[in-house]
Amino acid sequence: MKRRDLNQKGAAAIALAAGAGWLPAVSFAQAAGWNKAAFETKSLADAVKALGGTSAATLSADVQLTAPEIAENGNVVRIGLATTNPAVTQIALLVEKNPSAISAVFDVIPGTDASFATNIKMGQSSNVYAVAKAGDKFLYAQKEVKVTLGGCGG
Amino acid sequence: MSTDPMRIRAQVQGDKTTVRVLVSHEMETGQRRAADGKLVPAHFIQTIKAEYAGKPVFSAQWGPAVSKNPFTQFTFKGGKAGEKVKVTWVDNKGETRSDEAAIA
Repeated sequence: MKRRDLNQKGAAAIALAAGAGWLPAVSFAQAAGWNKAAFETKSLADAVKALGGTSAATLSADVQLTAPEIAENGNVVRIGLATTNPAVTQIALLVEKNPSAISAVFDVIPGTDASFATNIKMGQSSNVYAVAKAGDKFLYAQKEVKVTLGGCGG
Repeated sequence: MSTDPMRIRAQVQGDKTTVRVLVSHEMETGQRRAADGKLVPAHFIQTIKAEYAGKPVFSAQWGPAVSKNPFTQFTFKGGKAGEKVKVTWVDNKGETRSDEAAIA
């Protein structure tokens, strides 16, 4: 509850600041099909909502997350996402403590395996989530990754 | 620079083709400060897609948390040696690039 209040106030403050011209008007130009709202979320719960979920995601063995226990370099952390659930149409990769939770969203296209890998940046040790969208249900897997040297700013 | 070609390796094994893509892109988060203390503006790939034989085989949305010079991997059913896989990305500045590679 508290966090949600804070988020709303935070968003309002940002909107205000942008309106008043305090923030540079960069606010990312957008490629078609890029879910801006989802990439601004800060938590698993908010991310699920932004991806179209109406209920909380449930922990599921159908979703596989491959991540190192310890990442020596937060600039490049190899993460693998996969699911065995045939109903899944999208898999998102979240890092709880990054400035924005969602790092990437992969569409599961018919004929393509629901298994992806990519490299991401992690600012600090954090829980990492693989969130799979199956109809109106969201399933997730989680793993803690310890980061020795952060990959943001520095 | 972001205009460097992607390195794409596509290999068919049995009835599936695995594609590995290495993109040349800064993937600037917008949160990093340059030596003069100014924020470096965000510059990152937002969408990346791949097609084979005119059909989409991969589609993803990326945020600024994806690493510099991003790597990605996917596997699709089908694919014939010698035919091409085409990968296209679009970034938040509207820049775009497509590259092709023949399946080995």
